[in-house]
Amino acid sequence: MNPPSLPEGAPTPRPTESRVRFAHTNYINAHYGIKSWLLTKDHKRIALLYLGSISLFFALGGVYAMMIRLELLTPASDLVQPMTYNKLFTQHGIIMIFLFLIPSIPAVLGNFLVPLMIGAKDLAFPRINLLSWYLYMIAAVIVVWALLNGGVDTGWTFYTPYSTTFSNSYVVATGLGIFVNGFSSILTGLNFIVTIHTMRAPGMTWFRLPLFIWSHYATSLIMILGTPVIAITILLVAFERIAHIGIFDPRLGGDPVLFQHFFWFYSHPAVYIMILPSMGVVSEIVSTHSRKNIFGYTFVAFSSLAIAVFGFLVWGHHLFTSSQSVYAGMIFSIISFTVAIPSAVKVFNWTATLYKGSISYDTPMLYAMGFIGLFTIGGLTGLFLASLGTDVHLTDTYFIVAHFHYIMVGGALMGYLGGLHNWWPKITGRMYPEGWGRFSALVIFVGFNLTFFPQFLLGTLGMPRRYAAYPADEPVWQVLNVMSTAGASILAVGLIIPGIYFIWSMRYGKFAPANPWPATGLEWRTLSPPPTENFAVTPIVTWEAYEYRPVEEMRVIGVGDGDTSPPVQPAHGTT
Amino acid sequence: MQLPSVPFMAERASTVAGQYDALYGYIAAITIFFSGLVAVLIFYFAVKFRRRHPLEIPRPNAGSLTLETMWTVVPFIIAMTIFAWGSSLYFTLYRQPKEAIEIFVVGKQWMWKFQHTEGQREINELHVPVGSRVKLTMTTEDVIHAFAVPAFRIRSDVVPGRYTYAWFEATKTGRYHLFCTEYCGTNHSGMNGFVEVMDPTAYQTWLAGGGSDSPAAAGETLFQSTGCATCHRLDAQGRGPNLNGVYGKPQQLDDGTTVTADDAYVRESILNPRARTVAGFQQIMPTYQGQLSEEQILQLIAYIRSLGAPDAGATTGSRSQTPATDTTTGTVAPDSQRSNPLSPTQPRANANSNARTEVNATGGGATPARTGGNSNQ
Repeated sequence: MNPPSLPEGAPTPRPTESRVRFAHTNYINAHYGIKSWLLTKDHKRIALLYLGSISLFFALGGVYAMMIRLELLTPASDLVQPMTYNKLFTQHGIIMIFLFLIPSIPAVLGNFLVPLMIGAKDLAFPRINLLSWYLYMIAAVIVVWALLNGGVDTGWTFYTPYSTTFSNSYVVATGLGIFVNGFSSILTGLNFIVTIHTMRAPGMTWFRLPLFIWSHYATSLIMILGTPVIAITILLVAFERIAHIGIFDPRLGGDPVLFQHFFWFYSHPAVYIMILPSMGVVSEIVSTHSRKNIFGYTFVAFSSLAIAVFGFLVWGHHLFTSSQSVYAGMIFSIISFTVAIPSAVKVFNWTATLYKGSISYDTPMLYAMGFIGLFTIGGLTGLFLASLGTDVHLTDTYFIVAHFHYIMVGGALMGYLGGLHNWWPKITGRMYPEGWGRFSALVIFVGFNLTFFPQFLLGTLGMPRRYAAYPADEPVWQVLNVMSTAGASILAVGLIIPGIYFIWSMRYGKFAPANPWPATGLEWRTLSPPPTENFAVTPIVTWEAYEYRPVEEMRVIGVGDGDTSPPVQPAHGTT
Repeated sequence: MQLPSVPFMAERASTVAGQYDALYGYIAAITIFFSGLVAVLIFYFAVKFRRRHPLEIPRPNAGSLTLETMWTVVPFIIAMTIFAWGSSLYFTLYRQPKEAIEIFVVGKQWMWKFQHTEGQREINELHVPVGSRVKLTMTTEDVIHAFAVPAFRIRSDVVPGRYTYAWFEATKTGRYHLFCTEYCGTNHSGMNGFVEVMDPTAYQTWLAGGGSDSPAAAGETLFQSTGCATCHRLDAQGRGPNLNGVYGKPQQLDDGTTVTADDAYVRESILNPRARTVAGFQQIMPTYQGQLSEEQILQLIAYIRSLGAPDAGATTGSRSQTPATDTTTGTVAPDSQRSNPLSPTQPRANANSNARTEVNATGGGATPARTGGNSNQ
């Protein structure tokens, strides 16, 4: 694991006095003051607003997760009351899914990078983009208000009739938060689709687009087609809860399983809202850090669309034991197996990209390789659950918990962190500390596996999920739970480290050159951080996606932005 | 099928557990093989093709249609084998046996109530004999629960407003955990208990030790006390249909369609009588929504079931010639499979006359009953 040494002929660092100030005017230093941030229409600043807010909620969701794990150290429900435990896992789920994972990559990295990658000055609707963030914040405030008033205990799935008739917690308020948040998501998706269709730079044809864009395009389709369904479902729950209109409660003439169909019609595709952007990030990182064009570009691009389309047809696999017809179960099962194929295609293509590449061990690459491995495990364990017979014993056990955390933490979160590291130099104009980056990536990988692998075993043994207390007469269960909690502690440490060094690097990190890795995307052909208008001159694309040229040539900014100053510093200078 | 015992697998204590574990093993092998393959390739490539010079640029990929086709088609074929095997196991798990000990299960925040055909009721403990098929007819008083016994590899949601079914045949005596696995509120994790699998003689002793009315007998009492009998006269045509021999038979509805009078239809007719009315009758029956507990509805269904028609051999438990499936002990009377396979043999007609005395008195007892009467009748 040798860090790449200084490239030959690397330019000398900037003079010391400018170590705290950028030489060029960029989106960060173009305006000052809180108003310039809160009323900004710059997609890059909005991305940073999102980054700050979702990080806050990620931390809150993480605190809930730690409390859950601590409770499960012992079989008895002794740290918190069962009611409190129920609220902990509910709020962990709601915050992590609706306020962190769904906005994470699209709203932060997507917002920042989509216009830059396609050579545009901004998103198509900058005001709507800002509105998205405000809707997100309003949603977040509503959810936090509900939490402070006592929280909600229905599980993030809000299954009826528990949520509509029996729960004594803040179901409607939380639902309202999710409802509002949905509009934020829809508007972001709409903005991306219009931008990608209409604002590509000259020469940026569809098949020259970075795969990050393809995956965000597919994600946006799901956002605008799926989110309205959850919004309507939440309204129906609220109608039933407030006005006792019988929709889901059989006592009022409703059908409780109907809710599950509505809910999963959105919430299964929502899994792809979380994982597809991450796949896009991984495609970029794998290519950049092996200096290879992605193997089977078109297959990877179309597999994103295939996942988005087939993802809408598999919701019923959450209902295999819910008294759904066995024939409906068979249809949902076979389509669920089909949706596994595009994911497999991606994994094989990423792996093949590495073949005969020039593979660096930079932090983003460590995350990307971790992603491929963990996503593969997460995806393959999905086969147990897509298969009708095996799902019966495993559903609603810790096997499910382990499976979706391999996808959402091992997959989506790893991709997000890898992406943050990969584009941190572009976003902030500063390098993060590479050594700490690699160290924390390894800590996260170890902690993650120690947390969630034992849960596969727990689920196979039959331990139900959402249990505040578990049987004390099964000693193995406690051993596995203790391992899981130990892993969660390691994972927490691994996640705190980047939190610290990212903040540190914003002031003290080394200046980043325009193209530190170097990579091929248009976002690297402007300054770091980019100027408000992204490109001084609209770039004209005459090359294919991931067309690597000699390193010196790629380091030249060269899209005519007028700044001919040499690259500031190498990525891994030792000075 | 005898599979080796594997660490971290739940105990195998039912006939399907072995089949289940075989499929689990197959998918686990696929999972380990492919994750291992991907991990090894990534590690190998990462070491072998590590960056050796900061300025090196490798040759670009050309792509390969052959490879793409291979890694699309091969996973697809493997996935389809899992699909076929998984579906076949699912049908085994969800196709309800015709001959089985029937137990009614009612979930309630936060307990499981069981009622045996012989009258025993229990909470959070379920006693069953080893080697007999047991069919569970389940519903809930409140929210959705799920009934799961990991050692048997069975699970089914228990949904308010409808009946769901599960079955198992235990292969080993012992005590096995039973869990509610669909989140159901505050004390969800306390909604669990044990299935006690006993050897048949012990089970027989247990069955004989007390218990109350059988569900059918309790249902009969209810049928009188809640006023059903005033309209649904069993001796002649009343204002409501005569229920003799109705259960399990197609019924002509007033809109011209027909419906089989199964559990779901009987239940609906009690709670929402006007939803589907039998042809020739007025919609005058009031709803019993909110007046009967789920257990009472199940008792009424058991009673109506017991009013099998004289000619309805197929549904009245007179499959005396069919050998009982796998049931074990020599004391089993073949014809008592549905009601109480392990009880001392009692001629069905006698059982009927014992059980139906009261009905006879009110003029309804002309029909053979399927439920074996308990001695305390």
